[in-house]
Amino acid sequence: MNVAAATLGAARPNIMSAPWFTSLVTVLLLAVLLAAGGAAYDGFLSGQVMLNLLIDNAHLLVIAVGMGYVILAGGIDLSVGSVLALTTMIAAWLLNAGWHPLVVIAIVLSFGALFGALQGALIHFFELQPFIVTLAGMFLARGLCYLISIESITIEDPLFVAASQSQIPFLGGFLSPSAAIAVVMLVVAVWASRRTAFGRAVYAIGGNEQSALMMGLAVGRTKISVYAFSGFCAALGGVLFAFYMLSGYGQHAQGTELDAIAAVVIGGTLLTGGYGYVAGALSGVLVLGTIQTLIAFDGTLSSWWTKIVIGGLLFLFCVVQRLLSVRSQHS
Amino acid sequence: MAAPAAARTAPAKASLLSHPLAKPVLALAALLVLDIIFIPGFLSLEIKDGHLYGPLIDILNRAAPLMLAALGMTLVIATRGIDISVGAVVALSGTVAAMLIGGTMVINNGQPEYVANTPMPVALAAALGVAILCGAWNGVLVAGLKLQPIVATLILMVAGRGLAQLFTDGQIVTVYYEPYFFLGSGYLLGLPFSLWVVAAVLAVVGLLLKKTALGLFIQSVGINPVAARLAGIRTATLIFFVYVFCSTCAGVAGLMISSNIKSADANNAGMLLELDAILAVTLGGTSLAGGKFSLVGSMIGALIIQTLTWTIYSLGVPPEVNMVVKAIVVFIVCLSQSTGFQKLWKGRK
Repeated sequence: MNVAAATLGAARPNIMSAPWFTSLVTVLLLAVLLAAGGAAYDGFLSGQVMLNLLIDNAHLLVIAVGMGYVILAGGIDLSVGSVLALTTMIAAWLLNAGWHPLVVIAIVLSFGALFGALQGALIHFFELQPFIVTLAGMFLARGLCYLISIESITIEDPLFVAASQSQIPFLGGFLSPSAAIAVVMLVVAVWASRRTAFGRAVYAIGGNEQSALMMGLAVGRTKISVYAFSGFCAALGGVLFAFYMLSGYGQHAQGTELDAIAAVVIGGTLLTGGYGYVAGALSGVLVLGTIQTLIAFDGTLSSWWTKIVIGGLLFLFCVVQRLLSVRSQHS
Repeated sequence: MAAPAAARTAPAKASLLSHPLAKPVLALAALLVLDIIFIPGFLSLEIKDGHLYGPLIDILNRAAPLMLAALGMTLVIATRGIDISVGAVVALSGTVAAMLIGGTMVINNGQPEYVANTPMPVALAAALGVAILCGAWNGVLVAGLKLQPIVATLILMVAGRGLAQLFTDGQIVTVYYEPYFFLGSGYLLGLPFSLWVVAAVLAVVGLLLKKTALGLFIQSVGINPVAARLAGIRTATLIFFVYVFCSTCAGVAGLMISSNIKSADANNAGMLLELDAILAVTLGGTSLAGGKFSLVGSMIGALIIQTLTWTIYSLGVPPEVNMVVKAIVVFIVCLSQSTGFQKLWKGRK
């Protein structure tokens, strides 16, 4: 597959193979989904329903942003869902032990970043496969959840409850603090990916690690930072999820890593790395959220239709990306 | 890899230890020794109704689905691929079989008796057919469209379980038809029938790989797909059939699991089985970079995982610890395979 990525990079620029083109397809798809929903159901296109997409998926958006970086750098992080669960667990546990909520948040965020950095270090220094290292990280984090408690722990901390219940007026509707944090996170991450040396190094490594090394880029430091960032995002996602659910539980967010990967892929980022936009995470998450909302509005479709539709969309996107890259190879 | 490096530095010495299977076998042996010491009656075997019973048999029987899944996964990984849809295929095939067989009670000569809704051979064939279709789908995406294997199989992983849930409406399907239980809990010549199935598949595949050029082909595709194609190997066809084989193995594993628990649960059947299978393959010494693989190693890997699980349960350790232990084992195995770590280790000595 590296061959495909390399030829893709070397191909003559062509409108259909430009990263913004695939992203445009996603945005169009999102528009079509929303229009279909608006035509079929009353009130689907109301402002609050749209804002709820962000509120309900704030944690996924944050995780998808971190995953976007990892995938752009040519890696993958399967541990994010369980790191999310573990941070809700640690937060609930420390809060119940009487710790100050801000201290707790600082601890879980640094814990997430450290967890990610350790995985990144294993991947970089020992040349292990990201897939297997983060898979073990996934087992480890889920296992640690159950070591803390196999039951769900309720969070009653005033700050967390306030964060869960406050509504920030926005465009005639309201946003939750979590959604606002997620959007800020996205903006910062998009800015960093386009405007900083770190962002450019991520793209360079994802495009071709060997060349990046020869160009004198700090490959190791960047790779470890990317995994640390993803771990940080997973922990932040955990904090937002704790705001949302007001509990810590080892089974929280099962399979979120796959949703995040799906969101990144649907957002137009190639899994081979080096190609796509961090902002694609937003469109990917919104597409997934819209599908869920459509199914909820319909009322007669069961929730497993979500999975089938997401699978179908993934298929469509992968095939389109693949055909476009073949076409640009021949042109 | 550890073994060749060790062989280079010490050609004569420790030739047994440098065998690729040495580490997995040692790990399994260490686990078994632990069990013999700490679990009374671990080695006990008794014969009831002509069947062998005992902890060892229990472990083997429970390991059978994982061994099958690991067999298929080994060949996929040998071609530099990965198949993360195994668990979804398990759920699908188990669901199809359970739904078709079901079991309706009829009164026969005054005796209540369950009959299958669909003749069992037809139901089994349908379930395996679904598994083969899944494999063909993966194969077309990987070999035909040249998608990255992890993305290609991610599609089925997400959608497959959704399909299984759609078929069953999210309910658990219970099977009442007796003969179906033979596959998962029946005995043949004193040993669990599922073991015979695993042994048969292993023997056939092993022979095919050793006696024909197939093993060599798979290895060359894994080492360098482009060179293999230029050398005249039909790489696409080969990769296609490897994915079909992997899904078929998963399908049989799904039948075993649903037959063993007498029901099919589309929501949870085969959950994370793909990860256990990948773990078993890695434990067995197969490199995830492709090209170097060992079927027997994967079987030993699967046994290590099942023995570990069994031990954790029997020692009274909370089952929650299982995942932590598994994670630590993966880290240790991966590190021991990494050349960077070996250099670090040698440098210190």
